[in-house]
Amino acid sequence: MEKYDIVIIGGGPAGLAAAIAAKNNGVDSVLILERDKELGGILNQCIHNGFGLHTFSEELTGPEYAQRFIDQVHALQIPYLLNTMVMDISPSKCVTAMNKVQGMLTIQARAVILAMGCRERSRGALNIPGYRPAGIFSAGTAQRLVNMEGYLPGRNVVILGSGDIGLIMARRMTLEGAKVQAVAELMPYSGGLKRNIVQCLDDFNIPLKLSHTVVDIRGKERVEQITLAQVDKNNQPIAGTEETYDCDTLLLSVGLIPENELSAQMGVSMHPVTAGPKVNESLETSIEGVFACGNVLHVHDLVDFVSQEAALAGKNAAAYVRGTRCGRQEGFAPIFIKAQQGVRYTVPSTIRPAYMADKLTLRFRVGNVYKNCYVSVYFDQERVARQKRPVLAPGEMESFTLTRQLLQKYPYPEAITFKIEQDI
Amino acid sequence: MLDYDVVVIGAGVSGSACARELSRFQAKICVLEKEEDVCCQTSKANSGIVHAGFDAAPGSLMARLNVRGNQMMGSLSEDLDFPYRQTGALVICQNVEDMPNLQALYERGVANGVEGLCILDKEQALAMEPNLTGNMYAALYAPTSGIVCPFGLNIALAENACANGVEFRFYTEVLDIQKQDKGFLLHTSQGDYTAACVVNAAGVYADVFHNMVSGQKIHITPRRGDYCLLDKSAGKHVERTIFSLPNRYGKGVLVTPTVHGNLLLGPTAVDIDDKEGTNTTREGLDLVLKKAGENVRDLPLRQVITSFAGLRAHEDGHEFIIREVSDAEGFVDCAGIESPGLSSCPAIGEMVAKIVQKKLGLYPKEDFIKTRKGILDPKTLSMEERNALILQNPAYGNIICRCEMITEGEILDAISRPLGAKSLDGIKRRTRAGMGRCQSGFCAPRTMEILARSLPAGMEEITKSGKASGIVVGKK
Repeated sequence: MEKYDIVIIGGGPAGLAAAIAAKNNGVDSVLILERDKELGGILNQCIHNGFGLHTFSEELTGPEYAQRFIDQVHALQIPYLLNTMVMDISPSKCVTAMNKVQGMLTIQARAVILAMGCRERSRGALNIPGYRPAGIFSAGTAQRLVNMEGYLPGRNVVILGSGDIGLIMARRMTLEGAKVQAVAELMPYSGGLKRNIVQCLDDFNIPLKLSHTVVDIRGKERVEQITLAQVDKNNQPIAGTEETYDCDTLLLSVGLIPENELSAQMGVSMHPVTAGPKVNESLETSIEGVFACGNVLHVHDLVDFVSQEAALAGKNAAAYVRGTRCGRQEGFAPIFIKAQQGVRYTVPSTIRPAYMADKLTLRFRVGNVYKNCYVSVYFDQERVARQKRPVLAPGEMESFTLTRQLLQKYPYPEAITFKIEQDI
Repeated sequence: MLDYDVVVIGAGVSGSACARELSRFQAKICVLEKEEDVCCQTSKANSGIVHAGFDAAPGSLMARLNVRGNQMMGSLSEDLDFPYRQTGALVICQNVEDMPNLQALYERGVANGVEGLCILDKEQALAMEPNLTGNMYAALYAPTSGIVCPFGLNIALAENACANGVEFRFYTEVLDIQKQDKGFLLHTSQGDYTAACVVNAAGVYADVFHNMVSGQKIHITPRRGDYCLLDKSAGKHVERTIFSLPNRYGKGVLVTPTVHGNLLLGPTAVDIDDKEGTNTTREGLDLVLKKAGENVRDLPLRQVITSFAGLRAHEDGHEFIIREVSDAEGFVDCAGIESPGLSSCPAIGEMVAKIVQKKLGLYPKEDFIKTRKGILDPKTLSMEERNALILQNPAYGNIICRCEMITEGEILDAISRPLGAKSLDGIKRRTRAGMGRCQSGFCAPRTMEILARSLPAGMEEITKSGKASGIVVGKK
């Protein structure tokens, strides 16, 4: 059995940044396991620009952004295995993986970093009625077919869901010569970034139909027609509002689900809202020495934040392995972080002050569109911080920087609560 | 000189079972199928239950063949290497007022020769299945009920028939049948065929072919049923098949584990006209979810990974019609095969083969191959065995479908074996690649590439399920 100090599951943006940080923080024995034929993960099919504004202060394409990290992995001589599928991770961190060359291999790790990313929700998960012909793709599958395989999945397209991949694919399909007739969104607001609505829909005159969903799919062999209808407040279709589109393709961009089958199998506790592992301030899961970062932890909007988060996970895993976690005299008991009043969740969801660095970024998402409101932070009953936000939307990830200074200004609370407040 | 001794119309589970049983005899046999593959219509979209046999009226053909089919299924699954498990079933009686109906079901089962039946009170039933709703009153327990992979069963029968010399013709739609002095002339979309005997195993189309040769018309109604399939994470919610008390449209909505570990809910029952009308409806899916929750509590409905609809071939008399047509000698009906058709198929094949064998005076083959090996599932191997396999054939080390952990080796096997897969759905039904929680989002492009390389064909020619179901429309 091979042995590594840190084994990283996944060589996408999270895995790469975690590996680099682990190495830079003094751990030499790091291994990345990647199931695809190259490093970079989903970035490889994201050939549009807009990546890296926060990290590199310039606009890169997905592959360019990935390459910057891949270059560092090469420069640091971090080993990785490609075309290697992790089949199982035991609670004692024995990783079983498989590839064509080595067959089944087992690797004993001292720390594991989960960085498997996420998958798209499928048509089935929505229970969309109708036939089941060819021509129904999740937006990411269509993106791979177009951008990596070089094939056009359809010529006349309706898109359900205004998540970022759906918006990006509306533009991509248009640029490749297909006609995108409409993007329908169940919610009364888009699930994507504002800039993508402007650059991918508005600039190409593609209508965004909010509060609409697909109520029928026709075509026994290939998609022939899609029927959209408006929905009421309870997301139920309103009779009489149906509109039928002749088309050959339906793309779905209806949400991403963290891919945590391995995590669940090994016994990591899951967060009911994020569908990712519950983590503490070190991004460490319920199993000591098992860390999580990137979209397997919670679905991000920008890859820059994935890289930041993953670097923290890598650094913390290194400290765990080296036995140099910043243990202090007090504050070992976890403080629970509660998400209330419009805040859906926070990552992390617990903090042990003893292990917290001077600054900790808490990331969260809101459940609705809020305008001119405040993000308020309470230590137990006492409000300790309040930040004004002109607009908060479910499609954008929010963050709050918790400082040790703030924590020390008050008695240690039992719980920290995040809320959206409309006024004082 | 006729082309064939026997032509079987339809490569579903009935046609394939008939072909397999007939292949025991010295005869020239051909199966005509209008679709691209075996198991493309009724046989592919059903509950996958091997019923115990307490539903059908005592003395009916349905009752007899169901019980016989159930008894045969175990050894058949060993011979032909398809997934089958005897899990048992519970029929839930909600109210004390319905107890006479449950009792009647029990007595019917006993009369039909179903073994091991007993009526459980609420506590006994809950001890067996803790996720039953608490407001039930009693349950009929049928230990011989089982679950089977409907694709696996159909494909296994067809492959074994093929190994025993039966020819299969796909994309061959029978357009007309004429009685001749000797045998029949079948006009098809691929030319004419002549045969001494015709076995009509055409599912929802069986009435069409029957009525071409007989003055005594039959009528088959496509009865649509919607289903929801849940992720494997929900697969242990119940361990047995949970039925409601039957009503006039059949057995109602059931909740069952599948033989692959998913949870299946359904079906509804709606009579329609379109013999290809396999579209789900919002009302249907809503009804499935509602009804399923009446007997089983806390169903994790967020774990639904797909929904689908299937058609049952409901004959007006609600009975299997398996006999030589009286005014068309040599034309053998295998019609009205609705539930419990899947359960009964081994016995249906046996019965049809006997009729044809007598008719034509066929002799048994000495070299009949009784067994068939399915596609190797590497998950059943030890790590050492798996490593040896990968060393010998590295494709078994390459995972293509990450949800179901299906390797390139299995997919290549599915394509290259006799009656191999030609489409993504063909591969899915044989290997389960694409049948998992992401519903082929990740693996479809990779499976397409393997299919294109192996057939060989261009990527633009790769289909979901044959005909005009192409996946990509061109190079960009």
